[in-house]
Amino acid sequence: METIERAIDPSHMKISDEIAIQIRAMNKWYGQFHVLRDINLTVHRGERIVICGPSGSGKSTLIRCINRLEEHQSGQIVVDGTELTSDLKNIDTVRSEVGMVFQHFNLFPHLTILENCTLAPIWVRKVPKEEAEETAMHFLRKVKIPDQAHKYPGQLSGGQQQRVAIARSLCMKPRIMLFDEPTSALDPEMIKEVLDTMISLAEEGMTMLCVTHEMGFAQAVANRVVFMDQGQIVEQNTPREFFNNPQSERTKMFLSQILGH
Amino acid sequence: MSDTHAQTVPFVRDTMLPQAAPPAGQAGAVRWLRENLFSGWVNTVLTLLGLLALFVLVKEMAPWFLHSVWNANTLTECRQIVADRWGPDATGACWAMIRERWPQFLFGFYPSNLYWRPVTALVLLFVALAPVLFPGVPRRLMVFSVLYPFLGFWLLWGGSIWLPVVAILGFVIGYAVWRVLQRRSPLLALLGGIVAALVWWLFLAGPVNEALTSALPLGLEMVRSDRFGGFVLSLTIGVAAISLSLPLGIMLALGRQSDMFLIKTMSVCFIEFIRGVPLITLLFTASLLLNYFLPPGTNFDIILRVIIMVTLFAAAYIAEVIRGGLAALPRGQYEAGNALGLNYFQAQRLIILPQALKISIPGIVSTFIGLFKDTTLVIFVGLLDPLKGITDAVRASTDWKGIYWEPYIFVGAIFFLFCFGMSRYSMHLERRLKRDHR
Ligand SMILES: Nc1ncnc2c1ncn2[C@@H]1O[C@H](COP(=O)(O)OP(=O)(O)OP(=O)(O)O)[C@@H](O)[C@H]1O
Ligand SMILES: [Mg+2]
Repeated sequence: METIERAIDPSHMKISDEIAIQIRAMNKWYGQFHVLRDINLTVHRGERIVICGPSGSGKSTLIRCINRLEEHQSGQIVVDGTELTSDLKNIDTVRSEVGMVFQHFNLFPHLTILENCTLAPIWVRKVPKEEAEETAMHFLRKVKIPDQAHKYPGQLSGGQQQRVAIARSLCMKPRIMLFDEPTSALDPEMIKEVLDTMISLAEEGMTMLCVTHEMGFAQAVANRVVFMDQGQIVEQNTPREFFNNPQSERTKMFLSQILGH
Repeated sequence: MSDTHAQTVPFVRDTMLPQAAPPAGQAGAVRWLRENLFSGWVNTVLTLLGLLALFVLVKEMAPWFLHSVWNANTLTECRQIVADRWGPDATGACWAMIRERWPQFLFGFYPSNLYWRPVTALVLLFVALAPVLFPGVPRRLMVFSVLYPFLGFWLLWGGSIWLPVVAILGFVIGYAVWRVLQRRSPLLALLGGIVAALVWWLFLAGPVNEALTSALPLGLEMVRSDRFGGFVLSLTIGVAAISLSLPLGIMLALGRQSDMFLIKTMSVCFIEFIRGVPLITLLFTASLLLNYFLPPGTNFDIILRVIIMVTLFAAAYIAEVIRGGLAALPRGQYEAGNALGLNYFQAQRLIILPQALKISIPGIVSTFIGLFKDTTLVIFVGLLDPLKGITDAVRASTDWKGIYWEPYIFVGAIFFLFCFGMSRYSMHLERRLKRDHR
C-alpha cells in the first residue's frame, strides 16, 4: 500500500467551515441489538472520509442512516441543514442531495445505461428528457463509458457497472456522495478503474464518505480515516497518523490484520 | 512427456486449417434420431411404445374424422349418409350440425339482425389491444384503448349513447379534482378525486343521462343480458375480467407487502378468503345473495355481477403470482430507487413492477387462461356458456338430439385457439423483455 502516492496534496485541500453532515449522539438498534452506539461525527463540505473497521462493526448501517435507508432511534442527523426525522419531505430533500453507490451496484437491469442515469433526474428533479440525457452522457464520458449508453447493465463488466452506478448518482448533482464498499464485489483488475473514477471525483472537491478496505485509496485521497468497532467510532485521524501511529489497541490489531503484518 | 512433444514445444502455426465437415452420422437427421429417440435401450423401448400408442390412437380416430359429413339437416340424415357411403358399421363426424348452428355457438340468442354489433366489438377489441400488446404500434392509439371499454359496452348492450358518455365524464371529473388538489397533498387529491367521481356517478349521472337522452335521443337498440350466450358471453366476461383483474391483482400484491397494518391485513384476508372458496360459490353469491344485500328494486345486471366475481377471483390468484415476482427482486433495487429520491409510487411504477411483472408473466398468463376457461362455469347461474349451455340447447332440438362429440370438439377447438394464442403471446413477451445476457 505504501506504493500508492497521495493523489491529493493535503496542503491544497479546500475544506470549508461549512458543515455538510452533523451526527450527534446517534443510536440505532435492530430489535434488541444495539448496532450503533453514541455516534458523533461532523463532516465539512469538501471532506473525504474513509470509514473502516472489522466486519459487522456497523459501517454500512452508519452511512445508510445518512440517507435514511435505515432509521435511527435516538440522537440527531443533520444533512446539509436538513434534519432527518420521520418527515417525508425532509427525507426526500436529503436523498436528492446525497448520492449513494452500493457494493452490488444495484443498477436497474430492465433499463439501458442511459435510462438508468436519466430516470431520477426526470422523475425527481423534473428535468426535461433531452437535458437529462445530455447530463447523463456528460457523466458517462467522465466515467469513460459513453459508448455503452444504449446497452443493458447485464451486458457490462462489474467494473463498468460500478462506474455506471457512480455516474447515475452524479446525474442527480448530489453535494455529498456515500460509497458502501464500492470495490468489494470486483475482480482486482477492475478495482483500479473504479478507484480512479472516485479519485477524480475527490479532486473536484466532492464531499465523500466511503466505507472501504482499500487502504491505498484511504491514504491517497482521504482527509480523515474513521475506525469503527462494535458500533462505535473508536478512533479518527488523518491517514498519515492513523496508519503510522494508531492510538487504540483495537486499531492496531485491525491494521495488523488488514495489512497482513 | 515424449521426446516428440519436447521438440514441438516452440511452435508457431503458419497455415490455418480449413473448416471441415463433421463425420457422417454425426450431423443431420441421423444424429438427431440417435440422440433424441434411440439413445440406449430404455429410450428405444419408450420410443417404440410411444409410436405404438400414437398408431392405435390415429387408427381409432381417423375413420371418424375421415367420414365427416358437412351437408345434412338432421342427425338421422347424417347417420344415413355415413351408412350409405361407408357401410352400416361405419362411424362418422356430423359437422353439418356446426354448419347449421354455429351462429348459436358464437352469439347465443343475440338477435340475428344485430350480429354486426358483437362482431364490430370484437374487431375493435383487437384494435384496442394492439397498442397495449405490441410496442411497434403508435402510442396515440392508446386513447382508443382507454375508451374501448365504454364503446364495447355500448355496442354489446346498446341503449342510449349518453350512458357511456356520462360514465366517462365521471372519470374526467375525478381526474380534474385530483389534478387541482394534487398541489395541496397527494392523499387529499386521491380521496377528493374518488369522492367527486362517486358523487357524479351516484347522484348526478342518472338525471344528466336522462336529460341528454330526452334532448337528443341517440342510441342503439337495447339487447338484454339474457339474450347473451355462447362465445359472445365467454369473451365479454373473459376480456372484462382479465383487464380488470390485472390492476386489482397488482394493488392487492402491493397491499400485501405494505407496511400499513390495515391495508396489509385487508389484502391478506381478501386474498386468502377468495382463494379459499370455489369459483362456483362466488358465482352463486353473485346470482343469489347479492340480491338480498342490494336495495330492493335495483336491477343489477347478472353479467356485470358475474364479471365482478370472476375478476375478484382471478385478482386474488394474480396477486399471489405477482407477490412471487416481488419477492424475487433483490432488496438493492428498492434501496437504489430510494437512494435516488424516488418516492414509493415512482419506485414501484418505474423500477419494481416492471421487473416483478416480467418475472410473473407465465403465472399471470396461466391465470388468465384459467379464467377464460372458467367462464364456462356461468352455466351454473343460468347463463348460456358455449360449452354446456349452448350445446344442451342444440341437443334439445329434435333435429340434433343425440349428437355428442361434435359440439364439444368444436367449442374446445375455439377455446384452444384463444388460450394457445395467449400462451404464445406470453412466450413472445418473455423473449422480448429478456434483458440479461449472462
Ligand atoms: N436488517 C438487519 N437486522 C438485524 N441485524 C442487522 C441488520 N442489518 C445488519 N445487522 C447487523 O448489524 C451489524 C452491523 O451490520 P453492518 O452491515 O453495518 O456491518 P458492516 O460494518 O457494514 O460489515 P461488513 O464489513 O461485513 O459489510 C451486524 O452485526 C449485522 O449482523
Ligand atoms: Mg457493510
